[in-house]
Amino acid sequence: MAAVDVKNLVKHYGSIRAVNDISFNVNEGEIFGLIGPNGAGKTTVLRVMSTLLKISSGSIKIMGYDVEKDADKIRKIISYLPEDAGAYKNLTGRAYLQFIANFFDAKQSREMIEKGIEISDLGERIDDRVDTYSKGMMRRLLVGRALMINPKLAILDEPTSGLDVINAQEIRKLVKDTAKKGTTVLLSSHNMLEVEYLCERIALISDGRIVEEGKPRVLMDKYKASNIEEVFTKVVR
Amino acid sequence: MGALGNIIRKEIKELMTPATFLPIIIVALIFGTMGNSIQGIQEQAKEKPVIGVINADNGTYAEIASSILRTNARSVYNSTTIDDKQTGLDTLKQKDGVALIIIPSGFTGQLLNETPGQIEVYWIMKGAGIMDTISSGVLQYLITYVNTNISKELIKGNHTSVNASFVLMPTAKVETTYFKDREFKNLSPDAIVGMLSSQSLLIPIVMMMIIIMAGGIVITSMALEKENKTLETLLTLPVKRTSIVTGKIVAAAVIGLLLSIIYMVGMSYYFQGFQMSGGADLSEYNLILSSVQDYLLIGLSLFITLIAGLALCMLFGTFAKNYKSAQTLTFPITMLALIPMFLTMFADFGTLPLALKALVFAIPFSHPMMAPRALIFGDYAVVISGIIYVSIFAVITIAVVVWIFKTDRLLTGSTRMKKISKVGGQFFRRKRQY
Repeated sequence: MAAVDVKNLVKHYGSIRAVNDISFNVNEGEIFGLIGPNGAGKTTVLRVMSTLLKISSGSIKIMGYDVEKDADKIRKIISYLPEDAGAYKNLTGRAYLQFIANFFDAKQSREMIEKGIEISDLGERIDDRVDTYSKGMMRRLLVGRALMINPKLAILDEPTSGLDVINAQEIRKLVKDTAKKGTTVLLSSHNMLEVEYLCERIALISDGRIVEEGKPRVLMDKYKASNIEEVFTKVVR
Repeated sequence: MGALGNIIRKEIKELMTPATFLPIIIVALIFGTMGNSIQGIQEQAKEKPVIGVINADNGTYAEIASSILRTNARSVYNSTTIDDKQTGLDTLKQKDGVALIIIPSGFTGQLLNETPGQIEVYWIMKGAGIMDTISSGVLQYLITYVNTNISKELIKGNHTSVNASFVLMPTAKVETTYFKDREFKNLSPDAIVGMLSSQSLLIPIVMMMIIIMAGGIVITSMALEKENKTLETLLTLPVKRTSIVTGKIVAAAVIGLLLSIIYMVGMSYYFQGFQMSGGADLSEYNLILSSVQDYLLIGLSLFITLIAGLALCMLFGTFAKNYKSAQTLTFPITMLALIPMFLTMFADFGTLPLALKALVFAIPFSHPMMAPRALIFGDYAVVISGIIYVSIFAVITIAVVVWIFKTDRLLTGSTRMKKISKVGGQFFRRKRQY
């Protein structure tokens, strides 16, 4: 059974088709990347999968659950990291992780928080208020929050967006380690080098449609390109 | 276009939003409605008060008094025998009269003996608002005018040697007021309105303060969730939408109550200042809430209204994009709390014009404000129907909010094209850019 099964997904905003008949699936434990420029529809796909937006037509199944019918069950097994997410500014980093952990199994709460603190790697600053954090610290806290709950599916929208090279590398490593431990990862990015490094399979999105899909190495061979950037340019032309 | 013009154009464009204009338009409409009603009241003040006169004395001074009253008021019942008092009162109640005035036999004789002549006034009070006393105020003035004219006649009639204080005040009123099937001896409508106002002012102020404070908290909370980008995460956590809505409402209610208690501690000292200046004993006239049941009903009305009010704020909060827009959205809530407070202070619900009555009833905050006065007079139907209405209002509003939480609206706002670019990144402008 595929961890994620998207069939003929369409999402309208009024008269605009932001996502136009997309189908793909993600295997369990796989890191799958949705690649495309800004506004291609990546975030919309991820928001629909995260139960935030309604489907216009088509279907999505996550671990066998239907996104529309079993939204409550899906929220227990996924973790969504929005691109420009924030945290409650009046809380400390630790209190924020505690707040999130309280929504899950009480028995595992302490374990989750410890894992979140470890992933965030904020040292003593974990006990400082969130509004004193730099952008990189905030993103690390949010990645910690997203991965500490041991989700079956982690949906990460531009996980390294706005981060410097060092912070971005650390987060990529964290994502890889998480997948190795069994979590399926679906991420979006417009950073082609990042997805080449991280993803086992990718789907290229342009104007709300999937224009190509496959393993990065296979796609590069198919289009005789030296990297995914070149593949994308050739595909959309 | 110069730089200045460019900036002005951009600023105006930013400010020309529905959120800027809608609250002001609503307030303007409400003030317009209130203005029309006040105009009606002013016209009422110009009209002659409807009265009944029983002149049981056939002396000169009694004739002067009844003549003045009949000329300057519209007398719909006239008699010469006190036995007709009940018939007169019944006639006046039917004909929307203000008062039955009885000039008892011996009135002229009292004056000739230099004793103030007694005029019995039986007031028929319709409402307990300040504006409900306008007609009785006009009649009070007329009775003073009777007094002045009798003074003149006494002076003209070679009574200059008598006691000056008697000549200046030759009549004495004996007042009885009928209000909501109750009789208040030695009380005028003005006095009753004053007493009831002091009794029922506290709850409107408490209600208004709670709604303004807790409502602001709810709206701001929603706005901050959006501004701080925490809402998306919250909505993907394993928590029911109803729990999110209820959690925010309950938390705001608790904080709002705490803030109101602090506020009311100060206000109670303010009220004590007024009470020290005197006033009638309310319990003497049975104008206080007496039973535990009455207090429970007021408590229930307050609680249900608070929930309904906060649910309404939550609904407004879903429209807030950021802290700034939240501030604008608290304005209509404040107005909704202020309007019934002032209306119930100035006019009685029962005597309001139909349009205003509908407006006051439709605003949930009105009901706990009206409840104490209604309960004092045993009008349980108004209080219970209010509680039922506000409960239905709260349930529907919460259901609408939960429904909004389940739709795209909370995140996408409008589905117009210019908004979509925010949802899907730079969907239109940069879709080919890489």
